[in-house]
Parts: sequence; C-alpha cells; structure tokens
Amino acid sequence: MSTSLTQRLQIARDEQRAALIGYLPVGFPDVDTSIEAMRAMVAGGADVIEVGVPYSDPGMDGPTIQQAVDPAVRAGVGLPDALRAVAGVVEAGAAAVVMSYWNPIERYGVDHFAADLAAVSGSGAITPDLVPDEAADWIAATDRTGLDRVFLVAPSSTDARLAMTVGSCRGFVYAASTMGVTGARSDVSDAARRLVERTRAAGAGSLPVCVGLGVSNADQAAAIATFADGVIVGSAFVRRLLDAPGAEGVAAVEALAKELADGVRRRS
Amino acid sequence: MSIPRPDRRAQGAGATSMIPTVRPDPSGHFGRYGGRFVPEALIAALDELEQVFTIAVADPSFTEELDRLLRDYTGRPSPLTDAPKFAAHAGGARILLKREDLNHTGSHKINNVLGQALLTRRMGKKRVIAETGAGQHGVATATAAALMDLDCTVYMGEQDTRRQALNVARMRLLGAEVIPVSTGSRTLKDAINEAMRDWVTNVETTNYIFGTVAGPHPFPMLVREFQRIIGDEARAQVLERIGRLPDVVAACVGGGSNAIGIFTAFLADPDVRLVGFEAGGEGVDTGRHAATISAGAPGVLHGARSYLLQDANGQTVESHSISAGLDYPGVGPEHSYLADLGRAQYRPITDAQAMEAFSLLSRTEGIIPAIESAHALAGALQLGREFGPDAVILVSLSGRGDKDVETASHYFGLLDEAELRS
Repeated sequence: MSTSLTQRLQIARDEQRAALIGYLPVGFPDVDTSIEAMRAMVAGGADVIEVGVPYSDPGMDGPTIQQAVDPAVRAGVGLPDALRAVAGVVEAGAAAVVMSYWNPIERYGVDHFAADLAAVSGSGAITPDLVPDEAADWIAATDRTGLDRVFLVAPSSTDARLAMTVGSCRGFVYAASTMGVTGARSDVSDAARRLVERTRAAGAGSLPVCVGLGVSNADQAAAIATFADGVIVGSAFVRRLLDAPGAEGVAAVEALAKELADGVRRRS
Repeated sequence: MSIPRPDRRAQGAGATSMIPTVRPDPSGHFGRYGGRFVPEALIAALDELEQVFTIAVADPSFTEELDRLLRDYTGRPSPLTDAPKFAAHAGGARILLKREDLNHTGSHKINNVLGQALLTRRMGKKRVIAETGAGQHGVATATAAALMDLDCTVYMGEQDTRRQALNVARMRLLGAEVIPVSTGSRTLKDAINEAMRDWVTNVETTNYIFGTVAGPHPFPMLVREFQRIIGDEARAQVLERIGRLPDVVAACVGGGSNAIGIFTAFLADPDVRLVGFEAGGEGVDTGRHAATISAGAPGVLHGARSYLLQDANGQTVESHSISAGLDYPGVGPEHSYLADLGRAQYRPITDAQAMEAFSLLSRTEGIIPAIESAHALAGALQLGREFGPDAVILVSLSGRGDKDVETASHYFGLLDEAELRS
C-alpha cells in the first residue's frame, strides 16, 4: 500500500508539475498556531507538509530556523506535539512527513515512533542527521509499518553513496541543493540540477527526487520545478512567522504557499 | 532522571580481554557507541580525513615531523612529578603527576592539534576551524595555525568567552578570529554546532580541528591516536621511576581526550584501574552538573552515539560546571564503551571538591592546575583514601591554571575590594 506522500507526488507527476513541500517546525510561536500555519500552507496549495520536530542542537539549520526552534525547545515541545500536527495536516488534506534529527526519535523509541506515526496517518519521516549506514533500526521499523523514509543526498556525495542512499529511500530522495545549512539563498539551481541528474543516474528510477535548501520564492520554485519532482521550502515560511507570530503570520504563510504553488505550476 | 540504564558499576571480570585491539570497527563503532550521525554533506569530508590520517600515520615523513614538533615545539616528553605533600592529604598514597600542564600552550590539547594541523596541510586546505570551551583547544589551534600559516576561526560559547577572557585575547594575539556563539546554552556544545555549520558550508577549503574524542568517526579515533602519547610516555616513566605499573590512573573527563590519552596505554594491563572524573557541578542530585556517564543515558549528539545528558524529548540538557572545559553534556563514545564494559569507572567531582584540590595542589606543590585537571586531583585524593598508603596513583595533570586565576580569585575571595578597584 502506498503512502499518502507517494500518492501526492504521483498526482503532481501526472499533472506534469513539481510538488510543493512546505516545512514548519511545530511549536513556534506555540503548538496551536504552528498547526494552523501548516494547515494554511495546505490551503495555499502545498501538497506535502514537513512537520519539524524542535531539537536543541539543530546542526543542519541556519539562523532562521534556529530562531524559531529555540523557544519551542525551551517550551518543552517535542515529538508528541509533532504527531498532533501530523494529524492536523492529514485532516487538512495534505500528506504529512515528520522532519526530525535522530535523537528525539531514538529517545521516543524507534518502533514506538513508527507505530504512533502510522496511527495518525503520517507518511514517514525525513532524518537529516541519519545516514542509511546508521539506520538499520529505522529501516526495519519503516519496513514493518510501511512508512516512508527519506534520506538526504548532497553535492559532495560520491556516486557510490548516491546509489546506496537512493536504494535506502522510500517516498522520495531529498536532494540538499548546496553545501551548507538551511536558509534563503539567491542562487540554488545550478548545483541542484547537477545533483538531481546524478541522483537519477544513480538509480532513483521512478523514485521522486525533491530539492531543498535555499528555496524561498516563486521564481526559484519554478526554476527547480523544471528538473525536480518536488520543491521543498522551509526557512521562507518560518521567516513569515518570525516576522508576525500570529494570525497575520499565518495569513502570510498561506500567501507564500499560493505564490510557490503557482511557481511549481509555471511552464518556463 | 529516572532512566533505566545498564549497571556500569559491575566490575567486568575479564573486561580487558574483551576489548578488541583495533578500535573502533571500520565504520567507527565502539560496541554500540560512536558511528556517524551527520548530514550526508559531511560524509565525504569525514572519509577524506580518515583516509589522509590512515596514510599519514604510516608515512615516516609525517610521523618524523610530528615527533620533531612534539619535542622541539611542545617540549615533550612532559615530566612525571612526584607530589608527596599533596599526597599526604590522600592517605599517604604515592601520587605521580603527568605534567601536560608544562606543554607549550599550557595543556594536552596541543598534542592533537599539531597532528591535525599537519593533516590539514597534507590535504592542501588553507583554513582551519575549531570549537573551544575553556579556550585551551582554541589557543592550541590558533598556535598551530600561526606556526603553519593557516587561517583560523575559533567558535566559543558567549558564556565561555566571558569566563575565559584571557584565552580569547590569547587567540586573537595569535591571529585567530574568535566568534562568540550566542545560541542555545552559549557554551561548548553550541560552539560545536556552529563549527559544524561552518564546516558543512566551507568544507572544500576548511578542515575542522576537533578538540576531543567525541564527534563523528574518525574524530574519536584520530584524537585518541594523537593523545595516546600521554599514556605511552607516562607508562614508561612510571615503570622507570618505581619499577612497576601504577595501581590506578586518574583523569578528568569532559569530552574525554586527556583521559583516553592516558588510559589507552594501560587498557591491556588488567591490574591497573582506570577512573575518569566528571564534572559534578553543584552536585549530581541538583541537576546542575556535567556528569554525563554518571547521570546520563545513551543517545546521539554531535555526530556520535554515546552517553549524554538529555530530557524525555531527547533534547540535550544544559550542563553546568565551574570548569568551562568540562561543561559539556556529551562524552566521547569510547568512554561510554569502556564504562559499559566496566574497564573504566566514571565518578562525579563537585565544583567545591575540585576547587579544594585546586587550592591544595597550589599550596602544597607550587603547581596551579587547570580547574579541569583539579577534578582529577580531587579524584586522586578519594582514590588514595580508598586504596591506602601503598597505592600508586598516576594523575593526568592535563592543563595549567593561569587561565583560571580570575575564577579562583572570585571563588576564594583572593583580592579585597581596594585591590579589585585598583
């Protein structure tokens, strides 16, 4: 049985466009508002929501996401809240994947997490600091539950590692467009295009390859949509909530989702 | 925290023979600990570092140059000093101090840094970055960078730049850029996060000179191999001095590089007890401490699985210690492994106990230790009372206390108000 994530990405492919994948961390400015903002992304046209789990040591995140996640960590927001957000996103009609550094999942219990995520109809998880080499428990748990598992590839990945990582992914492959941390950038497309091509050549086959890191506006989304199966946007959404942590920010999140949804549908 | 964990007090009979001579395994694991929990973007750099290291240590031109630097620049071998007047407070046991405090730059950190700086040169990279807590590793890295014409950026928690201001000035004198880190707890753990972010962004031009035996593979192995000279020298020196091995070896443990450095030479000596002393802060039961193995649980932090201080959500808990160099909620994976096996024991020493030993060594032997090392000295006082007057205790005196004079001055009230005003 395919997950809602796989179905969503297939629908986008059938429509000959890239999917829009939006990230927000649960718990900023508070749990309820963050869930509202995720549902606003869905209303604006996001196909898939990455539900971020706040973590005390987000080594792959730049200042924007750190700034939103820090207070959520201090407020005690964790995986149980992320599962609640997953349920909210699914109810709003999009596919939900959890985005979490590994320790919160390991602490929760790998099998326990997989079971609870499946129970709220989450599609799977993206694990930015878990490479397949260390993922035996996670691979076993996702095999048992049918959940998707998304690992990252990077411009520095060797062809052998691309092939190994692609072979370990289910749902999609997350192509980290540039060497660096999360955050808006003006130029992302060249390195991203090369990485997507190399990832496909390494055997991705029909497995979608989605591009993240640095994408913040409709033009970038449109450019990436010409060669990737999905466009992942995070910091730009977080920035809207940091600038206006309330109803106004939620509305801005929805407006950005609309722009980006138009972007991924643009024929350029 | 009420977390079930294996009984680390069990003295594994035969634990010594259970430890494989080649550690870690090819994928960087010490039993269930270690490994690589990092973004994929860093894997290539870690592979490169491991490969360059493996080739270098088999290359006589590398080892000869490192040996020459350790001798002529650092001043090795460091002496072994009897501390009889200090030992009189330890039930009369004999206490031998391995004097890493006498190294150039004032601590054991230079041993590792010179090795990694030479590796950086072999890689053809022109820039190094480092994290630092007390500033000892940052100073050592800035020193090696000056010596070898490398650009150097050091990340240091904002809280640590205040309590170790002298070392910030020292690094800047040496030409390094010091970047205060104001995220999270503003201490060593956050400095590591920031250094990792720099590395992933600039990896093509930059090598990360990691300061302790934590982090992703190959750092725990690589740093151990550059630090094991402490124990290799000390073992020979003790044998020469007293004609037998010590009964127990004591070292402080933050990330654990000086401890691994001195323990490694004795791992195959089943009769030599190894004891690591963690920062007990205000007391393990207060929650304000950095006693990772004594009070933590296995998890993943900074790229490796090891014991760590964490809450029910898997968030790293902020550590506390009077000693910036031990104020770290994680610990090197090989220590976790040795703890589970029972081959090494780990115990907490409170701020107060450490400061008492700090003062005692200063007054009895004329040696002002780093507050980090004072934890091992306080531990040695305990061990002396436990082991009795015939015991020989080898202590890693990992650093000197010049950087801690201001902290000590406040702690002990050494200056009156008029002197403080002048």
